[in-house]
Amino acid sequence: MALIFHRGIIANSQFFSRSSGVLFRRLRASRSCTSARGEGTANTLKEELIQVAPKRALEPNTHGFEAIIGIETHVQLFTLTKAFCSCPYVYGSRPNTTICPVCMGHPGTLPVLNSKVVEFAVKLGLALNCGLSMTSKFDRKHYFYPDLPKGYQISQFDIPIATKGFIDVDLPVEFGGGHRRFGITRVHMEEDAGKLLHSETGSYSQVDLNRAGVPLLEIVSEPDMRSGLEAAEYAAEIQRLVRFLGISNGNMQEGSLRCDVNVSVRPIGQSKFGTKVEIKNMNSFSAMSRAIDYEISRQVLLHSLGQSDQIFQETRLWEEGAQKTFTMRKKEGLADYRYFPEPDLPEVVLTKEFVDKLCQGLPELPEAKRRRYEKMDLAMQDVLFLANDNHVAEFFDASLENGADPKLAANWIMGDISAFLKNERLSITEIKLTPFELSELIASIKNGTISGKIGKEILFELLAKGGTVQSLIEEKDLVQASLIFLIVDPAAIEALVDKVLAANPKQLEQYRAGKTRLQGFFAGQVMKESKGKANPLVLNKILGVKLKGES
Amino acid sequence: MPPPPVRSPSRLLLCHCRLPFHISPQTRLPLSHNSSVRRRFHCSAVSAVSALSSDPQIAPTDLTTTPPSSHILSIRESLLSRRRTAADVAGEYLDRLRRTEPHIRSFLHVSETTMREAEEVDRLVASGKDLGPLAGVLVGVKDNICTAGMPSTGGSRILEGYRPPFDATAVRKLKEAGAIVIGKTNMDEFGMGSTTEGSGFQVTANPWDISRVPGGSSGGSAAAVSAKQCVVSLGSDTGGSVRQPASFCGVVGLKPTYGRVSRFGLMAYASSLDVIGCFGASVIDSAIVLNVVSGHDRFDSTSSTHEVPDYASFLMSTDHFESTPLKGLKVGMIRETIGDGVDVGVISSIKAAALHLEELGATITEVSLPSFSLGLPAYYVLASSEASSNLSRYDGVRYGNRATVDELNSLYGDSRADGLGPEVKMRILMGTYALSAGYYDAYYKRAQQVRTLIRKSFKDALEKMDILVSPAVPSPAYKIGEKVNDPLAMYAGDIMTVNVNLAGLPALVVPCGFVEGGSAGLPVGLQMIGSSFSEEKLLRIGHIFEQTLPNYRFVPPLL
Repeated sequence: MALIFHRGIIANSQFFSRSSGVLFRRLRASRSCTSARGEGTANTLKEELIQVAPKRALEPNTHGFEAIIGIETHVQLFTLTKAFCSCPYVYGSRPNTTICPVCMGHPGTLPVLNSKVVEFAVKLGLALNCGLSMTSKFDRKHYFYPDLPKGYQISQFDIPIATKGFIDVDLPVEFGGGHRRFGITRVHMEEDAGKLLHSETGSYSQVDLNRAGVPLLEIVSEPDMRSGLEAAEYAAEIQRLVRFLGISNGNMQEGSLRCDVNVSVRPIGQSKFGTKVEIKNMNSFSAMSRAIDYEISRQVLLHSLGQSDQIFQETRLWEEGAQKTFTMRKKEGLADYRYFPEPDLPEVVLTKEFVDKLCQGLPELPEAKRRRYEKMDLAMQDVLFLANDNHVAEFFDASLENGADPKLAANWIMGDISAFLKNERLSITEIKLTPFELSELIASIKNGTISGKIGKEILFELLAKGGTVQSLIEEKDLVQASLIFLIVDPAAIEALVDKVLAANPKQLEQYRAGKTRLQGFFAGQVMKESKGKANPLVLNKILGVKLKGES
Repeated sequence: MPPPPVRSPSRLLLCHCRLPFHISPQTRLPLSHNSSVRRRFHCSAVSAVSALSSDPQIAPTDLTTTPPSSHILSIRESLLSRRRTAADVAGEYLDRLRRTEPHIRSFLHVSETTMREAEEVDRLVASGKDLGPLAGVLVGVKDNICTAGMPSTGGSRILEGYRPPFDATAVRKLKEAGAIVIGKTNMDEFGMGSTTEGSGFQVTANPWDISRVPGGSSGGSAAAVSAKQCVVSLGSDTGGSVRQPASFCGVVGLKPTYGRVSRFGLMAYASSLDVIGCFGASVIDSAIVLNVVSGHDRFDSTSSTHEVPDYASFLMSTDHFESTPLKGLKVGMIRETIGDGVDVGVISSIKAAALHLEELGATITEVSLPSFSLGLPAYYVLASSEASSNLSRYDGVRYGNRATVDELNSLYGDSRADGLGPEVKMRILMGTYALSAGYYDAYYKRAQQVRTLIRKSFKDALEKMDILVSPAVPSPAYKIGEKVNDPLAMYAGDIMTVNVNLAGLPALVVPCGFVEGGSAGLPVGLQMIGSSFSEEKLLRIGHIFEQTLPNYRFVPPLL
């Protein structure tokens, strides 16, 4: 997904490459701050970001304006059952097959909270560096719509389960990279609504309540993002986080991760926010980035034409086909949701033990992984790639545990393994190659047992059929001895070297006169003599000694 | 009731005639401020009992002196002894129901399978298998309590014909105990009203005087028990909807502690106040029903995990209680409930009841609950607010009546305009207003603060007193139509009961006397309020009170 997204950005907003210098400097500055974590640094960082933001806005296509972007993200939790009843939820089920009187809002039914929802909310709250409300409560949010069975949504209003956190993001290297910290305002628990299926003619609509009552976590960000790229990276990081935590599949196409983006534009130096516009209907990070950049341009244009009064507080839909946002509905004043405490549910009280246990059980999160990989001297590109997917990261980490060299393991994973996955449309968890065998393979090449070329062949065998490096080497040895059998015996190689040196006295003389490039020529001759079976490492070592005439 | 242990002839008489508790008119007069009406009611009975006391060897012939007995236990006894079949019992009740229903109209739906279910019980009896505690007992269920496959409308046109796919937990438990649901009883729409005049379908009459209301909102359930159309019944109590009709119809009404009985399957009116309660002709019957329906329910997170004692078993032993069985009991009479605006007949009945408690050994003290008068407005704000939310689901989209229109807003508007009655609409409007931005703090939040005050004042009072007593209603049953156009007067009738819901406490209403009206007088109920989960205590006191109350027979003239 990340790759598609990057291409999209290249096509749409060339200015990022120009701003890379600025972004990079900020990355350095941020890095030093993040090394010491804590509330204090979070604040200074935020200030720093705000100070830096105008630099960005000086770029030509924002014409002295800056964009303020805040995001509301709905994460659908993959609990076994819905938030308040025991119905399962499976995306794509036949309409109205995973419903019961409770999630249909039948008279007399009552919600009973699924404790997994609280557990997942606490995990996400901790992962987002939030403060937790040890006592929070549910509230009812009222509105009428046919996909809302009870006429109210059970949500959290004034006491959300988690507040005041932040998330660290690394921007892609191809756009200059950079580290950002975005504030998280709150995380709260709520239930999803059903879906309306509108008929082709528009003459009727059908209600599917399968999704009604599915648990959601709503994450509200601070208005800290300044561009489509930043917003998309924020969302991508949320996706990584929920996947690493194992609380959601984070799938945007299925609607398991939905982002509503608020965009406003103001002249640089003005402290008051401009009129904010909400954008919906973006089902990829790429679309998000493009939609926001389009919306920024639209608002900047109106501002520069002196028509800022034509920017309305409204909800606009992103149309992928047109690559534009369109008005969906204008807001007629503030909606009054008549929130009041949900009387059917007791307060949610967290105990210190419960939170501590979850805290200890948290996996290593993307940010920590990236910082750890960075310390292994991997290139930032590699760091971002490996830490992007928790399964890939797990595979990588497991190979390292078996002693694989980080750089080599990264190369194999990012190169041949990921090419294979892409071709076969598989995930890294579905292949037969185990991290242990990858580390064996790397070790075998490193110690010269096999050549890189042979290693590649073995890799594809391992990927497709499984097995062990050891047995494959032995198997190949028997079946195709001529192809892969290697001469590793130094005495045998020495004999071959002597033979070649004796046959080429003229070249030997030139070499000893200083033309050391000729080592390659001799190596080739020896290899030819061995019919390609000489171990290159041993060969070069012996050849070097012999050429210098040291023995 | 099982026969008491026979120790001496006088003991035997003690439980049947309650003679040791009888006080002659001479001693009673100076103590109580009885109205002439009350005395007149006494006269014949008093003389009969006086005659008895002079000659204890003569068995009582006058039925007025028989204390209410448990219909549930007597049915059980007849089934076990094979004296009667469940089908006989069911037939008797169904005959009476058919005879009285045209006058009383307590049922919105009468089950067609009652006889078949009774025969099933008889097969069980024949097979010698264990019988549930309510085997063969016919139960009326208020129409806002869901019954699988039986219409459940909550008294509202918007749910006309709606049959829930599940039984309410309380109904499931009743059925598991062997009870037979005889039908669904009439009520004010969604519980909003005090007369059943707010029903979307019909008005129930009071069996004591069919020109009068039975009370509400559980008027159908109270009238049905009073008229012996069923043995016991379930009601619901949000602001007095069990206790007020119990008082009007002369039956025992029990409002348990909030959370004692699962609300799962009870159509929500005001979720933080709603409680399922029950009606019976005696305290024992109410206790047996409470026993069956109480307990934690995993489908209701507000249901309590508090242990359920056997509410009924210890009541049996009171058959041989002391002459002052309530000795040491501290009873607080709530001063605010026996003053202005309360019918004088009601006040004197309650004072007489207090005297009776005193005679049983209790000490009566007047206590003041300063926040009492705040309860009514706080209740109406909170209940309406919650109702405006709870009733949002009646939109015609998934079930119930839907208006035939082309456009979404009209679908909502017309379905609700056609389906909901005027009282319900008024409360939805009030509640919507109270929850609106800008008004929330002034109404909802403030009412919650009042609620906290009320809770505290009850808690304080119940730390000093074992129970508190008051009238259940400031007046006896009034005429049908009398208060239809005066909602405030109707709301004022809830003054005695709403505070108890706001505090979430249990309360028991036991018939205690009569005031003038109708052909045979109109019953008055005494409300006893206890601390949370003190139902056991309330039932014990109520049972002793009822079994020792002289000279009253709460059987309506209709029968």
